[in-house]
Amino acid sequence: MTPCKFLLGFCLLLCAQLVQAGPKIERWQTAAGTRVLFVEDHSLPIVDIQVDFAAGAAREPAGKEGVAGLTRSLIDLGADGMDETQIASRLADLGARLSGGVDLDRTSVTLRTLSMADKRAPAFELLRAILNGPTFPAEAFERERARSLAALREALTRPDAIASKTFWAAMYPAHPYGRQATPESVAALLRADILAFHSANYGARSATVAIVGDLSRAEAEALAERLSSGLPAASADTGLPVPQLPVGGEQRIAHPAAQAHLLIGLPALKRGDPDFFPLAVGNYSLGGGGFVSRLVKEVRDKRGLAYSVHSYFLPLQQLGPFQIGLQTRKGQADEALRLTRSVLAAFLEQGPSEAELQAAKQNLIGSFPLRLDSNRKILENVAMIAFYDLPLDYLDRYPENIERVTVAEIQAAFARRLPVEHLVTVVVAGD
Amino acid sequence: MRYAPPIALLLALATTAAWANPHERLLANGLRVIVREDHRAPTVAHMVWYRAGSMDETSGRTGVAHVLEHMMFKGTPTAGPGEFNRRVAAAGGRDNAFTSRDYTAYFQQVPKQKLPEMMQLEADRMRHLSLDEKEFAQEIKVVMEERRLRTDDQPQALLYEKLNAVAFQVHPYRVPIIGWMTDLQNMTVTDARAWYEDWYAPNNAYVVVVGDVDHQEVFRLAEQHYGALPARTLPVRKPQDEPSQAGTRRLTVKAPADLPVVMMAYKVPVIRNVEQDVDPYALEMLAAVLAGHDAARLTRHLVREQRLAVSAGASYDSTARGPGIFHLHGAPTVGRSRAELEAGLRAELVRVQEQGVSAEELARAKAQLIASQIYKLDSIFAQAMEIGQLEAAGIPHTMNRRIIDKLQEVSSEQVQAVARKYFSDEALTVAELDPQPLPQTPRPRSPFVPRH
Repeated sequence: MTPCKFLLGFCLLLCAQLVQAGPKIERWQTAAGTRVLFVEDHSLPIVDIQVDFAAGAAREPAGKEGVAGLTRSLIDLGADGMDETQIASRLADLGARLSGGVDLDRTSVTLRTLSMADKRAPAFELLRAILNGPTFPAEAFERERARSLAALREALTRPDAIASKTFWAAMYPAHPYGRQATPESVAALLRADILAFHSANYGARSATVAIVGDLSRAEAEALAERLSSGLPAASADTGLPVPQLPVGGEQRIAHPAAQAHLLIGLPALKRGDPDFFPLAVGNYSLGGGGFVSRLVKEVRDKRGLAYSVHSYFLPLQQLGPFQIGLQTRKGQADEALRLTRSVLAAFLEQGPSEAELQAAKQNLIGSFPLRLDSNRKILENVAMIAFYDLPLDYLDRYPENIERVTVAEIQAAFARRLPVEHLVTVVVAGD
Repeated sequence: MRYAPPIALLLALATTAAWANPHERLLANGLRVIVREDHRAPTVAHMVWYRAGSMDETSGRTGVAHVLEHMMFKGTPTAGPGEFNRRVAAAGGRDNAFTSRDYTAYFQQVPKQKLPEMMQLEADRMRHLSLDEKEFAQEIKVVMEERRLRTDDQPQALLYEKLNAVAFQVHPYRVPIIGWMTDLQNMTVTDARAWYEDWYAPNNAYVVVVGDVDHQEVFRLAEQHYGALPARTLPVRKPQDEPSQAGTRRLTVKAPADLPVVMMAYKVPVIRNVEQDVDPYALEMLAAVLAGHDAARLTRHLVREQRLAVSAGASYDSTARGPGIFHLHGAPTVGRSRAELEAGLRAELVRVQEQGVSAEELARAKAQLIASQIYKLDSIFAQAMEIGQLEAAGIPHTMNRRIIDKLQEVSSEQVQAVARKYFSDEALTVAELDPQPLPQTPRPRSPFVPRH
């Protein structure tokens, strides 16, 4: 391909994307103060709903680590006079699916249902019951605590989980993001802790609702009112403390695994920070761009040191981490670590080449339609925009925000966000 | 008020609109092209499926199907190592590949205007793979790392691998897809080349395209890019039928872990004749009644009511080239033994054998089935996978609708009948994970060392 054609092709591609932009998002607030984002789409008889609460693991009181996950796992095990069997059976009868989970910032409850009236109405009613009247039965609480304890004890035998827990604790030594559930903290949880966590953190004003699919605006409004009107009257989100950068250093933990697990990183980026775009474009070349990144080329392709090697930024409500991770045969962990550090150092020093920059933009902009080609993917994006209160035109402007990034901006943003003296390294099973 | 379509119409949408839509053409070289138009978004999924998986491997060369899958990204004379990934990325696409027991498949998800370029790249590596010795020497190390990551250091994956190796003694389903480590350590580029020459031919492949395309245009593109590749004579496939088991088999695996696990594998049939078969559909319904949702029998009885297990499940896939297995599995609660959990799982089978399943349970399983068919329409990737996997099992993709019909027709009596017919000790293999404590409690070997 000649350079001329290449440029022309790229411009056409870019223009096509700018015209398409993201889906049309409508936004309003319910009487109870819950923010709602809605994308109307009648092409399939499906409605997807995601309700997010500022009830992530970072909201757990000290000493109560594990309470956020346990609260979420109990929420659909009893509500409005129904027991867990009745709730699950009714959902299954309707072909509806309830899912969700807990991360550091968010607790999510997600419902997918068919949109015809005799399916969606009872499915919405079940969701309303679960959100507004969970009973947290004592018997289910005891059992789920035991199950969560069993899962945690199992995880603590695995090198990947040990590495991850150690890594987060080291990156956030004095911040809620670094606190981990332990067998002791989970075993000590009481049902009263669940009730307290729920009433403090599942409030209407810290909740956001994203709705995508086969509903009219009026139907979506009525649904959001129903869902939010009976939520606890918790006080609004009080925010999380700002994490301090950790003292850089290295931790090694022995383990009998065949492979060493390596993690390198530090707190780096908040949601909504303008540095997001230079960091996203730069990281594509460093270790984010699937099979074409520098880390994959050096660590995997040239030397066969790892099956999987990656780097990414995880923007959160407060500074979320930059992270590099890989696994390699025990005995060559130091070689892989040296190589990874040198790839990172070279990138921090020079940034990407012009060719790498163009390749990154081409992929990030060109692949934009793939990020939005199903209701499920649109829901994930819209829920994220709602929860982190990003601009409504976030998706529309995404391509142009990527396009305008320069090598100098990438270098400056990486220099600001990755002070290497604060990098934390964890190696499990490295010897 | 908006018109709300009745259920029958919705089913018609899921069945007719989607399943009557796939268009198919056979090229002169034996390559089949299957296209489903879905115009919801300006993207397309392009997949090439080869009818060669780990079940086609021979002793001493296990894992070669998967190794070749890795090598397919290592270049041709016109597109060097890494060039395939680079071009897909530049097209704004995502690509990867997967190897199973039955097949090896490659896919790209791209903006629709990039489909011709993807076809050109796939056609090129269907015939002209370089298989460079130096590239192989690096890549085989990557595959060994993959085995360590996904099997050797995963106690439950290790248990599953060894369960298959005991349940099957003759059929090649006994072999892990990733291959035994000793075979990986001794594999050469010659092994990979022989595999490629044997199986990578248009008459052993089919192309699946789903997305915002015109099927006639896709057929034209396919002819242009794949049409000139010559058909080749394929190796003879030996059936290697598994003889009847004649008695329970047991094995134990020790590995660093905390949770004990029990896995039970019963030999059962799979779909061989969509119209005439009954049992595979009844087995699918049995799996749904046992483990299809949070209040299905295994979770309800063993986890919630008896507190015997922290988790319990069942799984069965009615479509496969090789023989079928119905799995029951679980992890016992602290203080309960693996033997008690096995007895609990068996008791659930006995309940079905003696009392059958209720009409309500069966209706619930069918409601979930219909809903899942409609939900599948939200993903062009899932639609392409469905077509590809049916074809891989030797079932024409056009039979999908009949399979759903047959599942809807299953009666309580048929579920009870398969529970009685197949779940005997003679056809059972039981694998137990015996968890071993870590050599020491994991704690930092060194204190936190500041590094500057």
